[in-house]
Amino acid sequence: MTTDRKPALRLEGIVKTFPGVRALDGVSFEVYPGEVHALMGENGAGKSTLMKVLGGIYQPEEGRIFVDEQETVMTSPLQAKAKGVMFIHQELSLANELSVAENIYLGALPRKSFGRVDWKMLFDRTDAILDRLKVGFNARTLVGDLSIANQQMVEIARALTVNARAVIFDEPTASLTDAEKVVLFEVIESLQAEGVGIVYISHRMEEIFKMTDRISVLRDGSYRGTLTTAETNEDEVTNMMIGRSLDLSRNHAHAELGDVALQVEGLSCHALFQDVSFEVREGEVLGFYGLVGAGRTEIAETLFGLRTPSAGKIFLKGQEIRIHSPIQAIQNGISLVPESRKEQGLVLGMSCRDNITLPQVDDMTAGPFVSDGAEISIFDQYRDKLEIKTPSWRTAVGNLSGGNQQKIVIGKWLSMRPEVLIVDEPTRGIDVGSKAEIHNLLRDLAKQGYAVIVISSEMPEVLHVADRIVAMYHGKVIRTFTAEEVTEDSLIQAISGIEGGKAA
Amino acid sequence: MQRETLKNLLKNGAIWGFIVLELVFFQVVGSVLSLSETAFIDPDNMLLLLKQSAPIGIIAVGMTVIMINGNIDLSVGATYALAGIVMLDSMTWPIFVGLGDWAIPFAWLMALLTGCALGLINGLIVWKTGVDAFIVTLGAMLGFRGLVFMYNGQQPTYHLNWTMVDIAEWGVFGLQTSALVFIGVSLLVWLMMTRTVHGRNAYAIGNNREAAVNAGIRVGPHILINFVLIGFLAALSAVAFYSGSGSVNPNDGMLFELWAITAVVLGGTKLAGGAGSIVGTFGGVIAIQLLRKGLGHIGAQTETVNLVIGLILIAVLLLDKQLNRQGQQELKL
Repeated sequence: MTTDRKPALRLEGIVKTFPGVRALDGVSFEVYPGEVHALMGENGAGKSTLMKVLGGIYQPEEGRIFVDEQETVMTSPLQAKAKGVMFIHQELSLANELSVAENIYLGALPRKSFGRVDWKMLFDRTDAILDRLKVGFNARTLVGDLSIANQQMVEIARALTVNARAVIFDEPTASLTDAEKVVLFEVIESLQAEGVGIVYISHRMEEIFKMTDRISVLRDGSYRGTLTTAETNEDEVTNMMIGRSLDLSRNHAHAELGDVALQVEGLSCHALFQDVSFEVREGEVLGFYGLVGAGRTEIAETLFGLRTPSAGKIFLKGQEIRIHSPIQAIQNGISLVPESRKEQGLVLGMSCRDNITLPQVDDMTAGPFVSDGAEISIFDQYRDKLEIKTPSWRTAVGNLSGGNQQKIVIGKWLSMRPEVLIVDEPTRGIDVGSKAEIHNLLRDLAKQGYAVIVISSEMPEVLHVADRIVAMYHGKVIRTFTAEEVTEDSLIQAISGIEGGKAA
Repeated sequence: MQRETLKNLLKNGAIWGFIVLELVFFQVVGSVLSLSETAFIDPDNMLLLLKQSAPIGIIAVGMTVIMINGNIDLSVGATYALAGIVMLDSMTWPIFVGLGDWAIPFAWLMALLTGCALGLINGLIVWKTGVDAFIVTLGAMLGFRGLVFMYNGQQPTYHLNWTMVDIAEWGVFGLQTSALVFIGVSLLVWLMMTRTVHGRNAYAIGNNREAAVNAGIRVGPHILINFVLIGFLAALSAVAFYSGSGSVNPNDGMLFELWAITAVVLGGTKLAGGAGSIVGTFGGVIAIQLLRKGLGHIGAQTETVNLVIGLILIAVLLLDKQLNRQGQQELKL
């Protein structure tokens, strides 16, 4: 459609390797002026690495980058910006205590003599840009007072201050409401009309098919092809992304189910989630699926005592329990493998052994001192059981790969012999090979009689691992599916609130 | 793997390498300039050095624990002075004065209890209010120093007991009491940090507080214990020093907190917490004292000492940052 014009941005044969991983394996990709080009792939497929190469954060070993067909070497984010390549990141990087105008022109404030800031010009220019975006705030508003959606608009306004050739949106709708999305899409369309090339990274098929002209797919760091949006469908894209038919990967092998390990009735936590009920049996993997912000992580945190519920009851093996702190949760046999393992799950500077024994080191003393032998034997046991690959128990956990780090967190809790193991985003940031290992591990744990709760944002993951799937939308349980009855369509509809489905 | 070992050796051994460098430098320069009759590396000189470094050294050991735990304590200098005053003054209290020399252990006890109580105050505020330890102990530093001045105005507090002086100057192998206390305290706290549950948890809390909470560690009590410990050690340092000197000036102990922190940081403990060692701090304390003595030995003016120590501190931290940054970059994915 646009082949008669020069691409605004073109990548050619980009290769980037990390020790042991070929993160990008000859990726080529181009976006034309006025085009919205989707970049898709599973987590770990290489999208964010590619963006970091484009933004000058990583230097590729091979390959070339062209802006308006001029070969460019990206050395820093600042330089990428100067070349007209702008990023709208998932995580916003704004100074909350400064005004909208100051944020937009941060580092490039208009000046008068003696280095004084030309405030009038600053605010006038900013207001002109904000007018173009048709937003409901002005240049003098404090960024901290804006909603997330409006803060995102500030980021977009930043992109408009320079002569942007390409704007990359990384999961822009992750934290937006439907109404806010509409505004965002209008802005994208107007950028498009101005001849800016747009790269749109998202997991949400619905948006992809609504907004984009073409779709390029990455899998395991390599480029899998480009489809014209109007001529393809979700199945084809999905197949390209995961490289196999979903149904084959689904796990129907039921373990022997035991008693109900954990039962939750009408659990609510203020605005985060309401009236959540479910049960999980020994030997079962219960999946929680929903969009970011649907309240899944918050449920896990409540069960683990990090949040106080506003209503509802929790029963462990038929006994009602109250949990006000992680200590109580652990004593009751509930453990949580948290969403962000580096921030919440691991003490990165400590050794593998010390991380595994962290919650129970109190019980491992000989006289006044911690018993080295007892600790090492626990470590050895779980290293073998979980196949943790580490040079020695002394190695700092921060030096392990994501998959092995995750195993350390899981090992830490298994050594406590829990009743219920809650795993939030078990494979976030873990490479594809280790993913399968973690999945098998979770299945094995269920087989051994643990009650396992898996929270995930990746559909293949819940479909593969879970015996039953709780679909959540906006803090509510929409429906609980069994592995036999679930289909991708019904699951997607349930979690996007398109169709309520029948409550289980 | 081998590179990692080398780097660790470089990081942990740096302070000892630096000490050797200092010894050699001052020895050589001292003899070339022939400014002093005696060699710098003279056993008596070295033993004296250990004694001189004891007051700040004992406090630095406590500061290491506090900093590994992720906090800081700026009030130690004031605690030191206040504990010293309590010790000397209590010997003149009617209840103790009749005991003769038996008043000494009670005076020590009073001083140590004072230190523990002040530490307890700091620890409770940090734990229960969640206010940053820097702010809390900055307030405590001013407040405790205020108490010192309220006690006796600008006048020094004075009480000389010759038995106490004898105890302070008692020694084995030429090591006087205060040096022995410094070595003993270092050893005990080293064991605590490396071998006990409390030490382990202190590292974990300093390294990643959230993960520690999620592992079911009671963060508050650990923090409290460490503040009581550093209060105790500041008082112990006062006991060791003032038993011999018998006179507390109200300005005593000022800047001790900064010297202690300097020694701790030189010894490789991270300001952000989670990493560090008592052994390193011991080295840091010795290195600073060597520098002071050594500069004197080669005839440098005393005024230049602080400048040199400041420059070296910054150089060491730069080197440390370089080493650490390399380690991190390799693994970023």
